[in-house]
Order: sequence, then C-alpha cells, then structure tokens
Amino acid sequence: MIELNPFVIFFAAIFTNNMILSNFLGMCSFIAVSKEIPTSLGLGQAVTFVLTFTTILNYLIYHHILVPLGLEYLRFIVFIVSIAAFVQLLEMIVERYFPNLYYALGIFLPLITVNCAILGVSLFMVIREYTFLQSLGFGIGSGIGWTLAIVAMAGIRQRLREDSIPKGLQGPGITLIITGLMALAFVGFSGIVQIQ
Amino acid sequence: MESILITTAVVTAFSGILAFLLTLADRTIGDYGEVKLIINEEKEYTVDGGDSLLATLISQEIFIPSACGGKGTCGYCKVKVIEGGGPILPTELPWLTEEELEDNVRLSCQCKVKEDISIEIPEELFNVRQYEVTVESIEDLTPTIKKLRLRFKEGEEINFKPGQYIQLKAPIYEGNDEEVYRAYSIASPPSHKDYIDLIIGYVPGGICTTYVHKYLKEGDTVEINGPYGDFYYRDEHDNDMILVAVGTGMAPILSILYHMRDNNIKRRAKFYFGARTPEDLFLLDVMEDFERELYDFEFIPTLSRALDEHNWSGERGRVNVVLDKHIKSPEDKEAYLCGNPGMIDSVVKVLTEKGILEERIYYDKF
Repeated sequence: MIELNPFVIFFAAIFTNNMILSNFLGMCSFIAVSKEIPTSLGLGQAVTFVLTFTTILNYLIYHHILVPLGLEYLRFIVFIVSIAAFVQLLEMIVERYFPNLYYALGIFLPLITVNCAILGVSLFMVIREYTFLQSLGFGIGSGIGWTLAIVAMAGIRQRLREDSIPKGLQGPGITLIITGLMALAFVGFSGIVQIQ
Repeated sequence: MESILITTAVVTAFSGILAFLLTLADRTIGDYGEVKLIINEEKEYTVDGGDSLLATLISQEIFIPSACGGKGTCGYCKVKVIEGGGPILPTELPWLTEEELEDNVRLSCQCKVKEDISIEIPEELFNVRQYEVTVESIEDLTPTIKKLRLRFKEGEEINFKPGQYIQLKAPIYEGNDEEVYRAYSIASPPSHKDYIDLIIGYVPGGICTTYVHKYLKEGDTVEINGPYGDFYYRDEHDNDMILVAVGTGMAPILSILYHMRDNNIKRRAKFYFGARTPEDLFLLDVMEDFERELYDFEFIPTLSRALDEHNWSGERGRVNVVLDKHIKSPEDKEAYLCGNPGMIDSVVKVLTEKGILEERIYYDKF
C-alpha cells in the first residue's frame, strides 16, 4: 500500500469515499433527520465530533491493547462497546455542564450511538492499516463528508416539500432515490484520488 | 487455554472499567436529584430527575403512545408541557406544527426531566388499563351480529364515558398467525362497571370478527384494554339530540341511552337507525323500553331495501334521506353519529346543510 498523506485521506473521505454516498453507512439517521437544514447540520456536527474522538480512542485501544495481546479479532465487540460508552459519557457531560451546546448538538448523541458510519470508520482504519495521523484525517474527513451529504439532502428535501410526489414514493422512498442520484453525482469525484 | 483466559480477562476488564466509569458518571454528573412532576394541575408525583419525560411517565405507569420507543423518529409521544422541560429541541421540530409549538407541545421522549415540571395529558390516559375478562354470554342479535358480555375479575372495574370504545385482542388461532387488537364500542351502561357489552358484526375475512364469531365460546378469557375515544355523551347543553347509527354502530348509542335513563336526563332525543331489511333490525324490545322509560325518545328505523313482501310500514331509504325529510328546525340541536365513513360523510353533509353547527356534531367512523 502506498503511503498516503493524511490530508489526501481527509480530502478523499469527504468526496471520493463519502461514508453515505459511496459506502451507504449511517443511513438510518440520514433518512430520519434530513428534513430541515438546521437540524441536519446539528446532527452532522455531532457525528463529526464523535467520529474524531472515537477514531482516536479506538486507534489507541486497538494498537496498544488488542494488538500486543494478539486479540485483533475482538475488535468488533470492543469498538462497539467503546463507542457506546464514549457517546453516553459525552452526552452526560455536555448535558450537565454545557447546556447551550447540549441543545444545539448534544441531543443528537443518543441517535448516533448506533450509527454504523462510526463503527465503519473505526473498522476501515484497521483494515486499511492507517497510521495515527492518517486515522485522524480519515475520522475528521468522514464526519465532514457525512455532514455535507445530510445537509445537501436536507436542502433538497426542503425544496421537495412544495412539489407533488406520487403517493407511494413520499417520505423515505423519494429520499432513497435522491440518495442514489447524489451518489451517482459523487462518482464524478472518484477520478481525483482513491484510498482503497 | 491461556488465550481463552486472556480474552475473557480483557473483555471483562474492558467492559468492567467502562461500566464503572459510566455508573460513576451517572451517580455524579447525571444525578439531578428528586423533582416534582405535576400532571393536569392535580396529580403530583416525586420522581428521579435526569430521564426523558416519556421514561419518567412510564415509571409512574402512565402510558403515552409511542411507536419508535423513544428515538424521536415516530412523533407520537406528544405531551403539553406547561412549566419546566427546557427549550424545544431541534430533534422535535420536524414533528410539531406551528400551533403545537405555540401551545408548547413537546415530544416526551426528547424532553428531559431535570427540574420540577408540570404537564397536561388527556384525562383518559390515566384510565387506560389492560384487563383480562371472561366471556359471560354470547347472544345472536341477527345471523351476522353477536352481542358479547365480558365480565371483569372480582375487584376490577372500568370507568368509561358513554360512547367510548375498548380494544379487544384476537389471539393466534387456526388460520391466523398474528395477534391483533381491534376497537369496539361499549354498548352497556357506564353505571355498571363490572361488565361491558360489545356488539360485533361478522366481516368475512376479518381477523377479530372471525375469531369472535367462529372460535370464541362462553367461559373463555380474553384480553382487552381501554377505554379510549373522544366520541362520548356531552352534558354541557340540554338541547335536542339527534342520534344516528347503522349496523353495529348502535353500540355506543345504546350506552348513551342507558346513561340518559340511569341519570334521568330530560332531553328530547330521536334515534335514526339504518338497516337494509327487517331481518337486519335488532334490540327492538330494548328500544321500545327506552321509548317508554326515557323523557322524550323516539326510535326511527329506516330500511334501504324493504320489499313489498316485508310489509314494512316504517321509513324507507338511507338515513341521510330520512334525516333530510325529518329535520325541519335546525336551531340548537346536537348530533351523535356512529357508522361507516360513507354514512357519516353523507349525514354530516345533510346536518350542516340544515344549519346544525359542525362543532355540535360528534361522530365515530369505523
């Protein structure tokens, strides 16, 4: 594997390897919370924040606990538990000591405990054998890419509200079709850089 | 062997440390102490703060409808918060209309109880309970309509308003592999709290009606919950009443009539009942009793398919046609309708054309 600059990975995670539009991870909250731009922006920020820190946390756990003990195969359960615990702890702290931040961002935290994009990033980091800085770039980039996708979707859905959509396609149906079209558009970026 | 021990030890230690940290956090930063929860300005509870309003209410055995289990994705668990509860959160906004925002309606799964809080919920939610009841009798009213009497256990009773309904659970039986709940209006007087009557028509292919008509026997135990519904007798006015029903829609009207009889309510009432042929009419003797016992009551059955051989001397045609003919003076009348959507829509149209206020027309569509 060629040694990639962390910035290249950061950039690729936003555009060419977008968590939603090229990996289709984190769809549940993507579809449920993409009705209004401010709401989706808040969720996106929370995802970015959690992604950054859980990637660091899981990098340290993986390379300093699991690898030395030869327990790499435990990564799934360990990552899931550490993400859930981190999010829970973070929510409690933000709720108690930063009420304003909580109302803007903290309330999304329970929604993303089980967001598979978060686990996906930690697992990709291991599979693709990233270094610490590469993982950091990948984590932040994936979060921003996720935010970009959900905010763009919310913008499109706000406009769609005025339009007449066939009854059977209303709601998640049309959202999934739009997601597909957005993914096709993002394929255009894929020539720039590939990280997998 | 060694690797098994190491694995177990690592996972145990890892989960243990996290559990310890979280418990510690919950005891310190997550502890909001005891707070007061006031419901409808009368009932007061002391609860542990820090949980969502939905979870807090469930811990007090008050059940708010919720389909997603508190994830903020169904929008059902709406509750009016009068005081406390913090600002409205972005996760709630997609589910609330502008009117609800002004009324400070919140999603109870998102709103946290961190300080004393005062809320308003429909009174009926206090009353909703689950009951196991025994089928005391099953009576054929017509070849396709049965009357069920369900007896409550010793010491249990139900408080309902005349016109409200309960949900009956159809269990798994041969030919049906899912449990379903179906709503049926209560046909018995509210003054009798130890039993209820249901009137259930046979619908070919209907899961619950098939169960009741083909499988249910006297002495069986069934599960019900309730009471529910905002179709019930109103006593704010004492103006003339128009009661309209077709088929099994007679059930809630019966309950209303029993209620008027038991409480000696002196209101004029006319009950228009639609059926196809004389064989579809039932409980005529009960109606005769009402005509004798009530202050001023008239039962007006009307048949839409009366043939010459039936020798029918009463009204003919659908109920909306008969109403159109009968109602002369619209002023100050109140209407209660129960039946299929087609009947309700056509009757509401006739009544509003006659000048009866829309807010005085109460109906139960099924």
